[in-house]
Amino acid sequence: MTAALPEIDPASTLEVITAFIRSQAQQTGFQRLVVGLSGGVDSATVAYLAARAIGPDNLLAVRMPYRSSSADSEADAMRVVTALGCRTERVEITPMVDPMLALISGDDEGALRVRRGNVMARQRMIVLYDRSAAFDAVVVGTSNKTEALLGYGTLHGDMACAFAPIGDLYKSQLRAVAGALGVPEQILAKPPSADLWPGQTDEDELGAGYDDLDRILFALVDRRWSVDRCVAAGLDAKLVTWVEQRVARNEFKRQTPPVAKLSLRTPGIDHLYPRRRPGSRRGS
Amino acid sequence: MEYRIALAQLAPRLGEVDDNLELARDWLRRGAAEGAQLVAFPELALTGYLLADLVPEVAMRSDDPRLLGLSREAPGVVVAIGFVEETAAHRFCNSAALLRDGELIGLHRKVYLPTYGMFDEGRFTRAGDRIRTHRVGEPLGSIGLSICEDFWHASLPMLQAHAGASLLVNLAAGPARAPGSSAGLAAIAGWHKMQDTYALLGTVAVAFCNRVGNEEGLTFWGGSRLLGADGSTIAEGPLYEEALVVGSVETDDLRMQRYSLPLLSDERLELTRRELDRIIAERAAIPPPDEEEA
Repeated sequence: MTAALPEIDPASTLEVITAFIRSQAQQTGFQRLVVGLSGGVDSATVAYLAARAIGPDNLLAVRMPYRSSSADSEADAMRVVTALGCRTERVEITPMVDPMLALISGDDEGALRVRRGNVMARQRMIVLYDRSAAFDAVVVGTSNKTEALLGYGTLHGDMACAFAPIGDLYKSQLRAVAGALGVPEQILAKPPSADLWPGQTDEDELGAGYDDLDRILFALVDRRWSVDRCVAAGLDAKLVTWVEQRVARNEFKRQTPPVAKLSLRTPGIDHLYPRRRPGSRRGS
Repeated sequence: MEYRIALAQLAPRLGEVDDNLELARDWLRRGAAEGAQLVAFPELALTGYLLADLVPEVAMRSDDPRLLGLSREAPGVVVAIGFVEETAAHRFCNSAALLRDGELIGLHRKVYLPTYGMFDEGRFTRAGDRIRTHRVGEPLGSIGLSICEDFWHASLPMLQAHAGASLLVNLAAGPARAPGSSAGLAAIAGWHKMQDTYALLGTVAVAFCNRVGNEEGLTFWGGSRLLGADGSTIAEGPLYEEALVVGSVETDDLRMQRYSLPLLSDERLELTRRELDRIIAERAAIPPPDEEEA
């Protein structure tokens, strides 16, 4: 059996995700959504989906560049805003990020780079939640399944959201969905990047291409193949092992923190309810 | 004679019993206006699906006036509807009620509670332990009720066919997976294969009512379906959208269908039981009685 890329039918996927977003808005009692728009394919796709679900007037796309962010990213983000006709705000995060990093210094360049990336992601989270309160909205997540499985995201940063419409789509599937939505070609064609420093690309940082990673993740996770079976199917042994370990190592990022069990009923353990209970909708 | 059936492919609201009763009354009136003699609703239509610890809050007794009263909206019409049942002994079950003119004429408690993968039903509800059929009168005779996962166990619909059902009614809350991919379509195709097979092998009509709408991250796929006792598709609902799916089963055909294809009459039930007894004993590691070889 060959190790194929996960399939996707963009048309029915769009229907399901659009209905999901509408349902989340309905269940929370919020009519409006906020998304952080980077100019990359993930947030662009979420913006298109959200605009489709609730209308562009009800969507606020917040652009949050840092001093080193590429000009192309901002131009691409504006392309999305113009195409959708949604609301937008620009909040530069440099004057929030740099003083904090300067306040606590002493790291070498490598450690500082990681810190800066995390502080940027968390600062953007603060801006998004601040704007969501002002706009009377909830924050939509932009993490995809490839990132979530590899743990390629910042806890309480880019992973923070009210709900995750593309969280079960691999990067390769997401591109197909983005294409069907009409996300601009410039955004689809450029190498994916967290844009944390000039010239950064996800694929350089992860050490493999998204298609290769998605083939491996799809085999290991969705098809429950063993490493041996993946290798027998022609996948690179070293990369498969690395992916498997990385998925395991990042399990903690995908779960809520454990609570020390003491009482008869403990939230998250045996006090279990749907996220939106009857009467919890705003205004009800 | 034609027996007209309406499948109310709606989206219940999670935990909102009053809202769902109102929805059910409305859809029941619509079904009756279409001339339906039976209106089927999805699994847990009065409560929604992902209830978790809301189960005791939404549960009702099978003689609850709210439940029985529902059927008074459409005099003479048989209603099949899913709800959370609390028994007199405070056992909480995922149940289906069969109602007519304010009376409970049948009750099925979901026997197979999926508790694997994405499903966690056995954690919050208890399994039923009866597989029965319920008489609704001519021209239909008897109905075999089941709930969603029950249909993934062929013994249940086949027992109901042997017990005399001429219509199997399955109430479902089936969540979609991998929409549009071959894996996602395979899940829907699996349901179609089951329905086709039970109709064909049981020479029995099949009504499948699956809900739509979203709960948490789940999207229910709909695609409700009505099949004749020859396995033909009489009516089929859309995917993901609310719809009242209406069609008629021709009850006069059953006589010649069962003459032409006498599978039920030919079934070797006593042989099946002997072999089942042997398999049960072996699985329990009880030595079987000495068998005389011919």
